[in-house]
Amino acid sequence: MSTIGILDSSNLNSGQKVAVKYFTVAMVLFLAQCIFGLLAGFQFIVPGFLYEVLDFSVNRMVHINAMIVWMLFGFIGSVYWLVEDESGTTLVGAKLANLNFWVLTLAVTVVVLVYLIVQTGSGDKFSIWFINEGREYIEAPRWADIGIVLCVLIFFYNVAATFMKGKWSGISGVLVLDLVALAGLYVAGMFFTPNVSLDQHWWWWVIHLWVEATWEVLVGCVMAWGLIKTLGARRKVVTTWLYIEVALMFGSGILGLGHHYFWIGTPEYWFTIGGFFSALEPIPLVAMVVHAVYDAGRHGFQSSNHPALAWLIAHAFGNFFGAGVWGFMHTLPQINLYTHGTQWTASHGHLAFFGAYATIIIAVIYIAQQKWRGNVWMSESLAGAWRWKWALALTHIGVIGMTVALLIAGYEQSFIERAIGGSTWGGYFAAQVHPWFVSSMHWRMLFGVVTTLGVLVLLWDLAVIGKGEVRSAKKITPLEHFASGDAVAPA
Amino acid sequence: MSSNAPWWSSEDVWRKLAIWVTAAMAVILVFLTFDTVSQIVAGGERVPGYDVINQRVYYRHDDERGFQVPVIGDEAPLFGEILTATEAEALVTHGKLLVQSKNCMNCHTLLGNGAYYAPDLTKAWLDPGWAAESVREQVMVSFLTDPGGNARTYGTNRRMPNLDLSEDDARAIIAFLKWMSTIDTNGFPAGFTPIRQEGDQ
Repeated sequence: MSTIGILDSSNLNSGQKVAVKYFTVAMVLFLAQCIFGLLAGFQFIVPGFLYEVLDFSVNRMVHINAMIVWMLFGFIGSVYWLVEDESGTTLVGAKLANLNFWVLTLAVTVVVLVYLIVQTGSGDKFSIWFINEGREYIEAPRWADIGIVLCVLIFFYNVAATFMKGKWSGISGVLVLDLVALAGLYVAGMFFTPNVSLDQHWWWWVIHLWVEATWEVLVGCVMAWGLIKTLGARRKVVTTWLYIEVALMFGSGILGLGHHYFWIGTPEYWFTIGGFFSALEPIPLVAMVVHAVYDAGRHGFQSSNHPALAWLIAHAFGNFFGAGVWGFMHTLPQINLYTHGTQWTASHGHLAFFGAYATIIIAVIYIAQQKWRGNVWMSESLAGAWRWKWALALTHIGVIGMTVALLIAGYEQSFIERAIGGSTWGGYFAAQVHPWFVSSMHWRMLFGVVTTLGVLVLLWDLAVIGKGEVRSAKKITPLEHFASGDAVAPA
Repeated sequence: MSSNAPWWSSEDVWRKLAIWVTAAMAVILVFLTFDTVSQIVAGGERVPGYDVINQRVYYRHDDERGFQVPVIGDEAPLFGEILTATEAEALVTHGKLLVQSKNCMNCHTLLGNGAYYAPDLTKAWLDPGWAAESVREQVMVSFLTDPGGNARTYGTNRRMPNLDLSEDDARAIIAFLKWMSTIDTNGFPAGFTPIRQEGDQ
């Protein structure tokens, strides 16, 4: 019997018990991402800060790696969260999933400690295998790469076998195929070559085809499931939307890879292919906004979990603006020539990763907390609701503020470093000391602090939301208009 | 599904379309990858072999293509020593291993990718900041082996940390940088003003 308002693991199925462990580590790493981001951001203002103790390169590496890993943990957790619900059966390997979690967490801890303590190696293969691979986003040494692939394969087995034992659905079919691609693509980054063009060519297979293709489809699956859970949206309609999104996402995103192939030595035909297909990439993101907002509107914004729905809608907009609009702004080669490698990219990166991925993982964690506390009430007039609202507001103000500050810095670099300074080192530094750039770095710092405060409120809220609440979750009844079985309009 | 629903709104149509579109795009990508990789292997059309470090490198405007491209000039051995193809590859490989194990990419950018705390290294070999061609190699070695003592911060106070590089390490990194400057990057970075070199028109 579930106990309302108290965190009780007997409220969870075996997949969900594993999921909350992943979510816990994800949130710790989210905070670590913010702290190391603040350190790196501060070094732009005071370059001597922690010089030769924790250099910018170390802080920045931990900042972006913590992000990648917490998002992976969030995705794995999300899938474990929904797998029993979606398959209608129990997880085939609960013990294996637990063991896998501890191995992965231990491996991540060792990698981070080596980053912080050892930091760099000598120029040999040993460094690549055991210290730091030195390739942005996938710095994890090779031993950890192999470990990550093994852990993802175990995770994949657990998920696929559970669906095979239970029942398949449109969502689970897309999800499992997407996980195959996600695990397989990582292998493309696991080799050394002195040829930097070849290196970056395959490196983008991992980075782009994860972030702009397989991750997007994965969150599409989570979004579809989330809308069913929070709004009671009809499965048939949601599944159709998911297929539309897959067609548009892979239709544009796979060859959209070409927008990373303008300047790394790859042939000129990528100008046309990369420019064209990456320009189409925002279209599925528009579809997602329409989908989420229409669904929520049709249901009069009634939901069984207000914070989760708010973060799902934040995801729809964040994904569209961060990945879609901010990506489109500099995706054509004619402008990318001047923006590539400037703070434009950082501006896009901050809004896109937060808007597209952080938001939806947070939404699922709210859904998880609700059930963990015995399917507790999380709709209107919830005690302490100010916390989730402030967390939502502060993180958004913070990230949008950083995005705009970095964009201004990027504009300034495009003009002063690139157009006027001729892209030399002299041009680079002329742009870095310009008051427009310097003031942008100060504003970025301020908004970074705002973001971190928001994350602290978020963690506090996640820890206590629903505590002491005695009402059961609000029941959402499907709208009459759509109850007849018509699937013409999205609902 | 009601009978008056248009055919294009059906779940089945979109499932099939999703599968076909994904498969078609993946197949096209595989074909393009074969072609691209054949052009960017060292010694391919767009990426010179490693022994190009024995020659002078220019960065000149190509009127036909409308942007600057690397032009390989006459013999100009790095540190005064002509290397065989094998020796050159070993040296550049050592340089690339150092670039990775010292985590250069989390301050600098290479081919425009990386972090934005320090300048792009794509054409670092050709940068006018090394004063003159005659002293370039020595200035680069001095900087890399003692970046704190020979800091070049251009008023930002951002100093490169000491990375415990020996002179041999520095030479390997410089070999890698020289080789990287020969890659045809479709005019990136644009409007670049290279260091003055012997043979400049």
